Amino acid sequence: MNADTAQAVAIGDKQRGVWAIGEKLRSGAESVVLPLLALIAAAILFGIFVALSRVNPFELYALMYRGAFGTWFSWQNTLTRAAPLILTALCTALPAQLGMVIIGGEGAFVIGGLAATATALALQGMAPLVVQLAMAAVGMAAGGGWIAIAGGLRHYRGVNETISSLLLVYIAIAILNHLVEGAMRDPASLNKPSTHAIGAADMIGSIPGTDIHWGLAFGVIAAVLAYVLVHHTVVGFAARIAGGNVRAAKVMGLEVGRLVLLMCFLGGAAAGLAGMVEIAAVQGRANANLAAGFGTSGILVAFLARHNPLAVIPVAILLGGIGASGGLIQRRLGLPDASVQVLQGIIFLMVLASDALYGRIRLFAPRAG
Amino acid sequence: MADPATAAATALGWWGVPLAVAAGAVRVSTPFLYVSLGECLTERSGRINLGLEGTLVMGAMAGYGVSYLTGSAWLGVLAAGLIGAVFGALHAGFCSLPGVNDIAIGIALMLFGIGLAFYLGKPFIEPQAPILPSIDLGWWSNLPQVRDALRINALFLVGVVLAPSLVWALRHTRWGMILRTAGESADAALALGYSVRLIRLRATMVGGFLAGVGGSFLSLYYPGSWNERLSSGQGITAVALVIFARWNPMLCFWASILFGGAGALGPALQSVGISAGYYLWNAAPYILTLLIMIITCSPRRRLTGAPAELSVIK
Repeated sequence: MNADTAQAVAIGDKQRGVWAIGEKLRSGAESVVLPLLALIAAAILFGIFVALSRVNPFELYALMYRGAFGTWFSWQNTLTRAAPLILTALCTALPAQLGMVIIGGEGAFVIGGLAATATALALQGMAPLVVQLAMAAVGMAAGGGWIAIAGGLRHYRGVNETISSLLLVYIAIAILNHLVEGAMRDPASLNKPSTHAIGAADMIGSIPGTDIHWGLAFGVIAAVLAYVLVHHTVVGFAARIAGGNVRAAKVMGLEVGRLVLLMCFLGGAAAGLAGMVEIAAVQGRANANLAAGFGTSGILVAFLARHNPLAVIPVAILLGGIGASGGLIQRRLGLPDASVQVLQGIIFLMVLASDALYGRIRLFAPRAG
Repeated sequence: MADPATAAATALGWWGVPLAVAAGAVRVSTPFLYVSLGECLTERSGRINLGLEGTLVMGAMAGYGVSYLTGSAWLGVLAAGLIGAVFGALHAGFCSLPGVNDIAIGIALMLFGIGLAFYLGKPFIEPQAPILPSIDLGWWSNLPQVRDALRINALFLVGVVLAPSLVWALRHTRWGMILRTAGESADAALALGYSVRLIRLRATMVGGFLAGVGGSFLSLYYPGSWNERLSSGQGITAVALVIFARWNPMLCFWASILFGGAGALGPALQSVGISAGYYLWNAAPYILTLLIMIITCSPRRRLTGAPAELSVIK
């Protein structure tokens, strides 16, 4: 991503005019074609893998297409699953502008959902809109604060943010279990310890005419805002400079620490919002279902989108589709539910391997100017 | 989870808590020990493998599966080690591609390993495989509780020998020096005529082997069964533990004991009737890891003992 940044900075030079536009297209094409190649390679490898389990890969992919994008029903399922992925992917993509690798979106998701639940339970009886806004605000603040811990530790203590953010996931899940089985437990929830329900009145409904909850709209808005922040504001520009070269950023007088905290907070806030939506639109109460892996899949979405907030949207829809088709391939082909995880793992590996091809394909190489 | 240490604590009252923690420390520490020793070797060669969490789970699944299919738990341990070495080779292979980041590959392999283990391990959740025998070191005691607590697994004893051996080998043998050279300066290793890629491939494979063996301990001894909730971050905690242990195998050993003890606190307290905060106590190893990293890391100076080629501390 550093090379991209440098290139983007170089391209930003307006004097180069038309030439620069051509270059932008070229590098844009590269960052579309290479991930597509990676996806195709992953599809071939996974096809071989399932063929070893005596499953016809063509039948599998036809089924997956039907389960993900074949009908209006499956489209709704896909888009509903894409919504949290867009938001949790931002949790990795925003700090990545600074060259940080944050993989703790799951923790911010859980903490955000838990905080939103606590808020809703504390504000019972107030106007639903007030409760919902408070849930979103508290959920975002909690998730943002959670990831800002990892950012702060990185900047002020030199603690590796990848490891600390992952440790924070386990700590977040422990806090969830502790509260759900203790202080916040609804005594009536016997088999699956849960908090009290936030109540139907405070739930956020679906987008009119669909079964897709409002989380999708929140996700798209957040991704567009993140894109504007990163590519069209001074703060985003400063973050990308610091991501490319910390020393240069310091020479320029940028306050790297503040940038780190800000980007981590915003990323965590996005994941926290996803947790709030999961409570307010899907679960209705907090329990172990919160840690269902949306945060973890978000990491893959961010890497596949090459940490571009706009590209996160289609990639999240694609991976949401893979997730949505999981049930169908389980029922029809008898594949284990972990098939989706295996496919995601292979896609992740292929996408990273495709990094080796950047700048190496003649067609996309910048012309000598 | 009913284990002998818990039973001992019940009979001995409050004195059972330290006994159960000590016994638990030995049991719980073994996977930490193997993963951290493996990761220590890999990192000394100048590369970090964050994928060991996935390797651990793959090792647990493969060990249990092979033990069930062949009837020999030790064959299971071997299989777990071999699959771990394969994952190490995968990591090294991807990392040797130009422009590919070892941390990202580790994350991908972690997700891939966990997914693959769940996929292939589905048939092994129900059946009971033969598990590893334990060695009775408590024969001298009349207290059955103490005898139970001193039943120790051979893998732990191997680890006890392995840690000082690795310290010695890293310092005094030819391959130890080559490995450290690659970790301190790839150029220097190259100048000596060694292939850095090959050195790191071997170090990552040995590291994967040890992590796989650590995983087999989970499924074949304690807790001693295979399911999808078997590992909860022991692999990644062990990676962090190596930083705390300053890349010294012997310190990895003591750190593993400490983390094992922290992990055993919750069950030990529960056994004397303190169940408040049970889940928080379960998070003790992660909180401890985080605190230790906060205390020992510094934004200004490089950590003492850190291999200079390591991307994680650059």
